[in-house]
This record gives sequence, structure tokens and C-alpha cells, in this order.
Amino acid sequence: MILPFLIIIPLLAAFLITLISGEKDNWAIVLSILAVISLLALSIFSFFTTGNDTFIYEMSGWKIPLTICLVQDAFSTFMLVIVNLIALTSLMFSVSYIKHYSGTWKYYALFMLMITGMNGVIATGDIFNLFVFMEIALFSAYALVAFGGKAEEYEAAFKYAIMGSISSTLILMGIGILYATTSTLTMANIAAILPTKDPRIMYWVGAIFLAGFGLKSAVMPFHAWLPDAHSSAPAPISAMLSGVLIKALGIYVIIRFFFNVLGAPQIFLTLFMILGSISIIVASYLALGQWDLKRLLAYSSISQIGFILLGLGIGTKLAILGAVFHIFNHAIFKSLLFYNSGSVEMALGTRDLRKMGNLKDAMPVTSTTSMIASLSVAGLPPFNGFFSKLIIIIAAVQASHVGYAIIAVIGSLLTLAYFMKVQRYGFRGNDIIEKPEVSISTGMKSAMIILAILCIVSSALIIPGIREVTLDPVVSVIMNKTGYIYEVLGR
Amino acid sequence: MIVYILCFALFLVGIYGALTKRDLIKIILSIGIMGYAVNLMFILFAYKTGASFAILTKEGINTNMVDPLPQALILTSIVIELGITALLVTLAIRLFEKYKTFDITKIRRLSG
Repeated sequence: MILPFLIIIPLLAAFLITLISGEKDNWAIVLSILAVISLLALSIFSFFTTGNDTFIYEMSGWKIPLTICLVQDAFSTFMLVIVNLIALTSLMFSVSYIKHYSGTWKYYALFMLMITGMNGVIATGDIFNLFVFMEIALFSAYALVAFGGKAEEYEAAFKYAIMGSISSTLILMGIGILYATTSTLTMANIAAILPTKDPRIMYWVGAIFLAGFGLKSAVMPFHAWLPDAHSSAPAPISAMLSGVLIKALGIYVIIRFFFNVLGAPQIFLTLFMILGSISIIVASYLALGQWDLKRLLAYSSISQIGFILLGLGIGTKLAILGAVFHIFNHAIFKSLLFYNSGSVEMALGTRDLRKMGNLKDAMPVTSTTSMIASLSVAGLPPFNGFFSKLIIIIAAVQASHVGYAIIAVIGSLLTLAYFMKVQRYGFRGNDIIEKPEVSISTGMKSAMIILAILCIVSSALIIPGIREVTLDPVVSVIMNKTGYIYEVLGR
Repeated sequence: MIVYILCFALFLVGIYGALTKRDLIKIILSIGIMGYAVNLMFILFAYKTGASFAILTKEGINTNMVDPLPQALILTSIVIELGITALLVTLAIRLFEKYKTFDITKIRRLSG
């Protein structure tokens, strides 16, 4: 029974930090790093022990229709590994990055609350509990976006909080309709009862949830808040938001709800494909025109989320494999790119690509890792991004959605184009930059190096022998659709 | 039926306000109205004419009772809304300090 600890540990750490740490000491850093290391160890252990099984934890001794249950299957533990991996590197990066802000212990406390929220959303099997954890994660995300205390940051946080509140209200409305129809809040029970009711209710709730969680995951018509919020936040928080928050609160819940609860009705899969391809093309096009590095990366996130959604919409086994693999890859390379942007901003004091130049000698680690991440996100062969995009494109062709395959190819080419721009102007430009006074600390460097290595190593996840123990159980949970009911209810 | 329509109308008032108003405070109030409409919807789903609250009485278990669970959920959701509203108001105050205005159209340093 590991899952409760994945919620208890960060929550406890958050409260301990607010209680015992002050302005001068390092308790906040020590506590949060310890907490996240134990979380990562626990989540990796639970991922490799889960395999194809499903474990249920029922809180406080009640049985399922009455209790809040936590569901541990391959998919939830897979997401937990991603969240806690990125959280660990983000904390390593944070330690020296946020030193110049005042009241840094508040940052760590909010950070731990955000992890609590995300782990909770992923672990829970109860839909109202999911809503509560989602609000915990979002609340700390709003506060962290505004953490720097500049005018733009407040503006972005306000915009994000307004959009977030509207989407949360929509989601709560959907939960209300579900409860009125099925008289239960456990997702497996809802999945079992909903098909016996009027099918129009399923479409209504699906539409409301698609709008609500679409806003959370910033799919194209609902994306307006993302470029502001993700570019204004401190760099490690941008990495958390872009790398895992939009996936844990958006994509994960979309998959869980539409595949495992509703059983993936074709109309929603078609909608996923349409929304995904709009996101890919329009966001890539908008990213091409950006000169602010973090804004460009934020638009790039929208377009990569489009790839994931396209893969989900195609809905074959291969496409889901591509989508799941792309969730993992995007978390790694987008976080790495945000760390790069953070270290450049710290050293040169600018995010404008036109004011950067050749950083090869001044910042060798940043420049090399940014090259790896750019090639990875653009989808060039030895790196992980290539394989996940290739799988999605092949799956689209196999499922005779050639039009969508062409859109995905165009999207990859546009991605390559704007990351060429980043490299050409930002990291390998004409002006040779002298060594900056602010040096990048070891923690920041090691966070970047770890993720850069993972960019290359995680390509190995696709090798058949390794895939069978890592990605295949996840895909089978998603493809099992409403088999989730029997896994959870029928022990 | 009419109460459900009125409840939905309240929700639409909230959405309309959040999308069209230019004043930060009015936007925050509109978000609040949306939240109230959804809370009301939960209570309406649980309501049953002539039923009483769900507690044990002297006569034993009260069989004709309203569903207590949505009321518990709404308490949670009210607390969450309180937190979010407090955060939004704080942000609005800070925005006023920086920009000297509550007008959302004049608060736009971020664009593109």
C-alpha cells in the first residue's frame, strides 16, 4: 500500500516547512529534497511492482461505494514516476535559481502542495476527490506563477486563475450531473452504471468535461492562458507546469475519464483528433513568430499536447503507445528546455532570442543540453522525441487517417523550424558572449545533465524487451477501456 | 423544473459577467456567481419535497430524508471557492498597486 504515502509525504513536508523553516536556514530545501527523493523512489518501486495488476486502497476501512479509493495500476504509477522525476530535477534547479527572491520557504511549501495535488489527482479513483486535489494543485500553481512579484507575473497569474476557476466550475457541474445520474462518485461505479442510463447524459457530461479538462491541458481553442502563465513563472515552475501539470490535470484525467469511464466513444475520439491537429498546426505557427524564448517554449507545449491528443484520438494500440511515450518524452525535454531558458535568463538577464548570441564557450552545459533537447523535441533520430512522433504518424497511416498523418508531419517540420530558430539566434548566434558574471550552480547543471541523458536513454523504452515491462502495461490499461470497472470493483 | 432553469440562468449570468466585464472586481464576483449556481445545482439534485435532514431521530432511522452527500460536497467546494476568491482578490490588489487601475483592458503588458 504505497499510494497513500505519495500523498501524505508531500503534504506533511509542506506543513513542516511552514512550521519550522525561517528566512535564514535551509530546512525548507532539506525537507523538500528529502520528500521528493523518497517520492521518486516509492513511485519507481510501485511502477515496477504493479505490472499488469491493479491494487485498490480503500480509505478508513469503508468499502467501495462509500469510501474514497486510491487506484494503483500501471498508468497511474507511470504518471507518478513522471511527476516525481520532474519534481526532483525542478527542485535541484530551484535551489540556486530562486535564492534571490525573498521568503523562499514559501516557495518550497507551495511546491510540495502542488506535488500533493498532482499525486492525488493521479492516484485517486473518486471523482470528487480528484476535483479537490486538482484545486490544491491549481491553487499552488497560481501562487507560484505570481511568486516573482513583478507586474507581468501578477497579470499572468490573474488570467490563469480566472481561466482555471471557470474550468473548475465546469468540471464541478459535470460531477454534479454524474452524481445526479448515477448516485455514486467512485469512477468505476460511474463507469458501470452510466451505460444503463440515457446516452445523452454521457454526451453532455463528456462535452462539459472536455471543455473543463481541455482548459486545464491547454488544447488549442482553450489555450489562451498558457503562454502567459508558463512564460511568466520562475523557470523551474514553468518546467513543472509545462512538463507535468498540464499532463497530470489535463491529459491524464482526459484519458482516465474518456477511456476508462466512458469507454472511448468514437465521437470524442474524433474530437480529440480534430482538436489535436488544430493545436499542432496553429500553435507551431504561433511559436515560429515568437522572440521571447519562454513564450516560444510555451506555444511549443501546446503543439506537443496536440500530438498526444492526436495519438489518443486515433485510438489504436500503436497510437496509444505513441501518445503515452510522448507524454513521458515531452515531460523530459520540455522541462530541460525551460531549465535552459532559466539559466540563460539568470546569466544574461534576457529571454529575447535577438539579444542572445553564441553561448558555446560562456555556458557549455546549457548550450549542449539545449541542443540535445531541441533535437529531441524536433524529432531527430537518436533522441526520444523522434520515436514517439514516428509511432503516432505510423499509427495514423495504419488507421487510414492519412490527412492527420500529414498534419503531424507538417507539425514536426514546423517544430524543427522554430527550434532551428532558437539554436540559430539563441545559443549558436553570431555574437560571441563573454563569460557572464553570474555562474550557473552545480545543482542547476546536474538537473540539466540528468534530463539530457534521459533524453537519449529513454529512447530505449521502445526496444521490445524493455517496452514489455514499461510502456505496454500502461497501454493495456488504457486499451482495456471499461475493463477498469472489473479491475477496481471485482476483486 | 423552473428552479433548474433559474439555476442555469444564474450560471449563465456568471459566465456572461466573467467574459464581458472589464473591472477586475466584477470578474471576481462573476466567478463567485458561477460557483454559487453550481453549488445550488448540487443542492437541487439532492432536494426531495417533504423530506427532512438525514440524522437519527428518537423514533429510529428517518427513512424519508434528503441526500446528505451533496451537502457535504458543497461544503468542501465552498471552502475551495473561498480560497480561490481570496487569492484572486489578493492578485487584484497587487495588480492595482502595479498598474493603478482595475480596468482589464489597461492591464496588458503580456501579449502575443
